[in-house]
Amino acid sequence: MDLTIIWAFIIAFAVFAYVVMDGFDLGIGILFPTFKVGLERDQAMNSIAPVWDGNETWLVLGGGGLMAAFPLAYAIILPATYPLIIAMLLGLVFRGVAFEFRWRDPRHRALWDFAFTAGSLIAALSQGMILGALLQGIDATGRAYSGSWFDWLTPYTLLTGIGTVAGYALLGATWLVWKLEGEAQAHAYRLAFRSAIATLVLLAAVSLYTPFLDADYFDRWFAMPNFLFASQVPLLTAILAYFLFRGLAKKQEAAPFWLSLGLFGLGMAGLGVSMWPYVVPSQITIWDAAAPERSQMFMLVGVAITLPLILAYTAWAYWVFRGKVGEDGYH
Amino acid sequence: MFETFDALLLARIQFAFTVSFHFIFPAFSIGLASYLAVLEGLWLKTGKAIYLDLFRYWIKIFAVAFAMGVVSGIVMSYQFGTNWSVFSDKAGPVIGPLMAYEVLTAFFLEAGFLGVMLFGMSRVGKKLHFAATCMVALGTFVSAFWILSVNSWMQTPVGFEMGANGQFLPGPSWWDIVFNPSFPYRLVHTVIAAYLTTAFVVGGVGAWHLLKDASNGHARKMFSMAMWMAALVAPIQIFAGDMHGLNTLEHQPQKVMAMEGHYQSHPDGAPLILFGIPDSAEKRVKYAIEIPKASSLILKHDLNAPLAGLDTIPDDEEPPVGIIFWSFRIMVGIGFAMLGIGAWSLLARMRRKLYDWHWLHRAALVMAPSGFVAVIAGWITTEVGRQPYVIYNLLRTSDAASPLDAPAVGASLAAFVVVYFAVFSVGTWYILKLMSGPPHTGEAGVKRTEKGPIRTAGITPGPTQNPGGSQPVPGNEGEV
Ligand code: HDD
Ligand code: HEM
Ligand code: HEM
Repeated sequence: MDLTIIWAFIIAFAVFAYVVMDGFDLGIGILFPTFKVGLERDQAMNSIAPVWDGNETWLVLGGGGLMAAFPLAYAIILPATYPLIIAMLLGLVFRGVAFEFRWRDPRHRALWDFAFTAGSLIAALSQGMILGALLQGIDATGRAYSGSWFDWLTPYTLLTGIGTVAGYALLGATWLVWKLEGEAQAHAYRLAFRSAIATLVLLAAVSLYTPFLDADYFDRWFAMPNFLFASQVPLLTAILAYFLFRGLAKKQEAAPFWLSLGLFGLGMAGLGVSMWPYVVPSQITIWDAAAPERSQMFMLVGVAITLPLILAYTAWAYWVFRGKVGEDGYH
Repeated sequence: MFETFDALLLARIQFAFTVSFHFIFPAFSIGLASYLAVLEGLWLKTGKAIYLDLFRYWIKIFAVAFAMGVVSGIVMSYQFGTNWSVFSDKAGPVIGPLMAYEVLTAFFLEAGFLGVMLFGMSRVGKKLHFAATCMVALGTFVSAFWILSVNSWMQTPVGFEMGANGQFLPGPSWWDIVFNPSFPYRLVHTVIAAYLTTAFVVGGVGAWHLLKDASNGHARKMFSMAMWMAALVAPIQIFAGDMHGLNTLEHQPQKVMAMEGHYQSHPDGAPLILFGIPDSAEKRVKYAIEIPKASSLILKHDLNAPLAGLDTIPDDEEPPVGIIFWSFRIMVGIGFAMLGIGAWSLLARMRRKLYDWHWLHRAALVMAPSGFVAVIAGWITTEVGRQPYVIYNLLRTSDAASPLDAPAVGASLAAFVVVYFAVFSVGTWYILKLMSGPPHTGEAGVKRTEKGPIRTAGITPGPTQNPGGSQPVPGNEGEV
């Protein structure tokens, strides 16, 4: 197969891994203020403290991999979404340090808890808006971005931003359902239920809006024979949503989390339908942006050797901290 | 507000600011990760509780420093695209893969095992925990390997071909690119720098507690370990720096001319200018204190060897001399001061007064932050000395920036300055607070909950007191 296609899938995998893994970390951050000060909050944070750094590393792979495999796309998308990227990075600064700082300074814990939430919220919102900005189109001339620095701000990007916040909240809530017990878990169930509704409504809104942004998107979804394949995505979404609500009602513990991941997977598939084979929609294809074969080949060797190892020790780290968080924290 | 500035200058300030802040943390966490691995290894080997106590004392500090390193590092990896998009497009095919290898082989390793290292001892057992600590330490080293390869390639670019679209494309051998001419020197010099930086922090903390209580066995141990590092590694660093300089003379002569303050060529023996005030308008160093012919001796190993000066370089290819001249002297000065402390500690050790000479302790305390100053000064020498190029002799910095308006870059710069100073000063304050608590028997580990009974802890039971000044924490053998 064409190396460029392989690389498009690797980057898509890294982005997906980031979105779901850091997604539940950010979701917990977003929902944090609704948990009771004290044990409940400590447990919510402890449930991700050992793994958040590894989760966030997928973002570095997504960004770094994009630069390496599709330098032109990296060089156009980042300046086009400049203020959003900066906001995301600063949000991640606050979110990241809060993990350590809140334990070092009990007197100002409320402040760092706030930083944790605000940072998570800003990062999630910016990420969703970056996606929206990409889908609604970016002006490029030659090898550079040629729009102005507020092009990304539209009702559509606000919608994708809020949708991402809701989706992350769903991931976070279902993760907590899995990791917590008692009253805290009951609270997580309620949150999961509400964020599932919000996620599905916003997902539907984005899905209906997108085909009308551009005739090209419309054809991709509604022209025959594409329609036969593309229509499977919403169909499967409806099925997963049914099982998700059923799982929450039946107080299943692990299933809601996996079903929420499935919803994100379908979102990713829908994105594929809209974008393929463009990295900058309707302007730059993956082949236009691709690095030369020597760069792609060199990295592919690295990926083939290291990715299985990374997945193995990441799985091991999750396994070490499996089960309920408990009262003792991770000592 | 920012219209009067040009976007390029703002982007340069932003890069210099964020990367300097970032590097402060790796300089410490590379060294500290290895130190923690050594402490844990010694504990497993000897079974002596003092090593476990020291391990726990430093791991709390490590956790805070590491978090700050991670968040400031993520900013860096996106900075290439936001502010230097032309550079990213052109150089991406060559340096992008090296940075991707850094993520795959280093960042995942560090991050994957960090959780187990910080919170996992009671879950995985001592041996596996030690393995996790070693993996984190290894990860920090591998990270330095790749990023320094990238930076060195930008200093001494080789092994590439020019594409028709203006991109730098990899040539047939990746080996040539990764092991470019300045890379081995830069790797050795920078990693040793990180070790020295950490050694002086550890030594400074040890000295502080010795000054308060000279009988504190834990403080003695860390002070002694740090002083061995200073005594043995400072001379190696000076030697490595000298070799690095010779390599730079070969590949980036303008940089060495600027470091030395040689505006003029010296056909028969160049003087070593110790101090003076470089004046680029008049093209001479004012009030220079110099040793005749010594520069030729150091750089060419011959008193009378000719040395070219900046008069042989077109004006628009000269780096700014003043900054480099001074940053280089600051670094070298600190290098010799570190050597001095090392030698002094050897003398004290021979006289069996290592824990009694208060002036030595005071000096070590003053020198505690010196490594950070030296590494930043070293990077300024390296990076400013490469100007006006980002890719030496091939791509000018002014041709590498993103097509952004000054207000966009200016506003983000302002945001970084405000957030970094706020967040990282508070983090540094927490680290200092942790350091100000004396290391003691039954040290508690990284605690994660406020609940739980207040137990006595440690191998020799004793009252547990959290040096951070917060609540007492449970802890017992096997917990970190
Ligand atoms: C010589 C060492 C060195 C140098 C010159 C740099 N870094 Fe760094 N970096 C490290 C050594 C390091 C480290 C020791 O590996 C860190 C420090 C703390 C940490 O978590 O890992 C790290 C963290 C770190 C992270 C977070 C990794 C994670 O998620 O765990 C990123 C994305 C970067 N760095 C990227 C960069 C970029 C783009 C740099 C250049 C412009 C850079 N670093 C200079
Ligand atoms: C971590 C240690 C580093 C420090 C402290 C540092 C410092 C600096 C400084 C002070 C400048 C500004 C020079 C000037 O504008 O006159 C600069 C420029 C630059 N550095 Fe570094 N640097 C570091 C590492 C790196 C690495 C590892 C890379 C490459 C991956 C890099 C890439 C660049 C680039 C692209 C510029 C050009 C932008 C500019 O001129 O401002 N730097 N750096
Ligand atoms: C007195 C002895 C020293 C000498 C002769 C020396 C020499 C040099 C030279 C020539 C460079 C620039 C190389 C280039 O840009 O091509 C450099 C850079 C640097 N120095 Fe030093 N140095 C000394 C001590 C130190 C010390 C004590 C530290 C830190 C603890 C340090 C940390 C650095 C760092 C981090 C860099 C930038 C990275 C690099 O290019 O290696 N140096 N040094």
